[in-house]
Amino acid sequence: MSTKLLLDKANIEGIRFYKAYRENGGYAAVEKAFKMTPTEIVEEVKKSGLRGRGGAGFPTGMKWSFLAKPEGVPRYLVCNADESEPGTFKDRYLMEFLPHLLIEGLIISSFALGSNRTYIYIRGEYAWIPDILEHAIEEAKQNGWLGKNILGTGFDCEIYVQRGAGAYICGEETALIESLEGKRGNPRIKPPFPAIKGLWESPTVVNNVETLAAIVPIFNIGGEEYAKIGVGKSTGTKLISACGNINKPGVYEIDMTISVEEFVYSDEYCGGIPNGKRLKACIPGGSSVPILPANLLFKTAKGETRLMNYESLSDGGFATGSMMGSGGFIVLDEDQCIVRHTLTLARFYHHESCGQCSPCREGTGWMKRVLYNLEYGKGKLSDIDLLWDIQRRIEGNTICPLGDAAAWPVAAAIRHFRDEFEWHVLNPEESQVRNFGLAHYADAREVMV
Amino acid sequence: MIQFSEKSLNEVQKIFARYPEGKQKSALLPVLHLAQEEFGGWLDVPVMDYVAELLGITPIEVYEVATFYSMYNMKPVGKFVFEVCQTGPCMLRGSDDIINYIKSKLGISVGETTPDGLFTLKVVECLGACGYAPMMQLGKHFREHLTPEKVDSIIEECRSFSAINN
Repeated sequence: MSTKLLLDKANIEGIRFYKAYRENGGYAAVEKAFKMTPTEIVEEVKKSGLRGRGGAGFPTGMKWSFLAKPEGVPRYLVCNADESEPGTFKDRYLMEFLPHLLIEGLIISSFALGSNRTYIYIRGEYAWIPDILEHAIEEAKQNGWLGKNILGTGFDCEIYVQRGAGAYICGEETALIESLEGKRGNPRIKPPFPAIKGLWESPTVVNNVETLAAIVPIFNIGGEEYAKIGVGKSTGTKLISACGNINKPGVYEIDMTISVEEFVYSDEYCGGIPNGKRLKACIPGGSSVPILPANLLFKTAKGETRLMNYESLSDGGFATGSMMGSGGFIVLDEDQCIVRHTLTLARFYHHESCGQCSPCREGTGWMKRVLYNLEYGKGKLSDIDLLWDIQRRIEGNTICPLGDAAAWPVAAAIRHFRDEFEWHVLNPEESQVRNFGLAHYADAREVMV
Repeated sequence: MIQFSEKSLNEVQKIFARYPEGKQKSALLPVLHLAQEEFGGWLDVPVMDYVAELLGITPIEVYEVATFYSMYNMKPVGKFVFEVCQTGPCMLRGSDDIINYIKSKLGISVGETTPDGLFTLKVVECLGACGYAPMMQLGKHFREHLTPEKVDSIIEECRSFSAINN
């Protein structure tokens, strides 16, 4: 049995529109929240234990409580809909099919934070979605949930949709703010944090789409009830976008108690690997987080069952674990080449580096070129150490986390699949016509029985 | 002379109204999208200068933004731009084969436009459709679960759309 708080109504006909959404309990959370004070709302979110669903997993209530409130200065809430992490497509699903859920969450959050102008910054490529969102905003406005003096509280709020124009870096909150100000997406040096100086130098909170949508069930069932779902500090439900070599790619809502093995093989979720192939590796939380070989995916290094939650996925640190990240779950079957796959990710980060910091600007391109040589049979054994050295010098040495995000996939690929890289060097011709295969990265399921 | 249509100028005013007084520079990205749509699918220097004037900012502020974001074209493109994703999750589902198929079918390399000016092939990085891979962006929409047959029908669809609208 799985608990559904976000997608429970996804299959109701017409749920994209106000009428069906309202008839099925929509906007009840606003009614409830608007009877509370902004401070009480923040406390309720703290009680829920909700953590940012964009990738960092920072407690949302705490982030809200950091917001500065100087007299006479506007405050802003910005919804981060710049979803660009390879493997991640959950926010798109929410906005496309349940736009009112996001708008409802935004109204409550805007009220709690005192944001009279709230922006949804959506990646430019999702070009058809602003129309859907703007329609939902218009419907909400017509029914008195937005505009002036909402529900007689004296609170005014407008929500605007802003399209980006193709830049992964704008998912980083300060780059997003720069972009929203009509500039290049160059991340800012922190401090000052956006909570003090954000959009147009005003205090600003930037939250992910799924985080803001999750505000709705928190007020429907109460923060304490929400916190009872899940395990430990992984409360509530999480959307996982599953892709790669699986039978049923798509967006799934999980409560964070299920095992990774169940998620991969159960027909309720990924439905196993197509064509009877075996599992080779998996990136469980979006392309930036470490890739895990099959034998570390279902069980931790200590031999415990690995669960789909923040703590369990990161059990073992980077040596033997990974991260929950954004919930972009990428599965690789036995036919996939780790070198080629890592090359595509290195190319991605090189393409997306904003160019501000030299370690990232130069390092990402360098890693891409070295990986290209390895993939195409022109590499040397020393290139593997060189790659390791480059990634180590990028990590932690940049203004924003893109540098780390570029370094980690390369580091993890070498850490767990070094012999596959060596095989490419030692068999330059053979590696052009066939892949390394599964070798000793046995499918964890086969090892166990 | 470059000048937005009445409809686009109204749209620009609506975009300006989203921001507080004096923060109209924020309209730059949305207005560049409008400009690219209206002035031939790419941003020529006079177009960018016009946008600068409209927003009351210097031309360099427009150039630096236009060249930063991948969706703005800095040179002319065909009527239909195939933007095929090649990042990890799409690669796992065969995007390399799709890119090669389009190349041979249209007789062009990545970054080129067919001599009739109809098609441009671009490769792009992750567009957020990983579960529906391989995929491409065509105009405002995504085309997902691509196969050679599907690519054929998309090319046909574009050709007949172009024939009807010429």
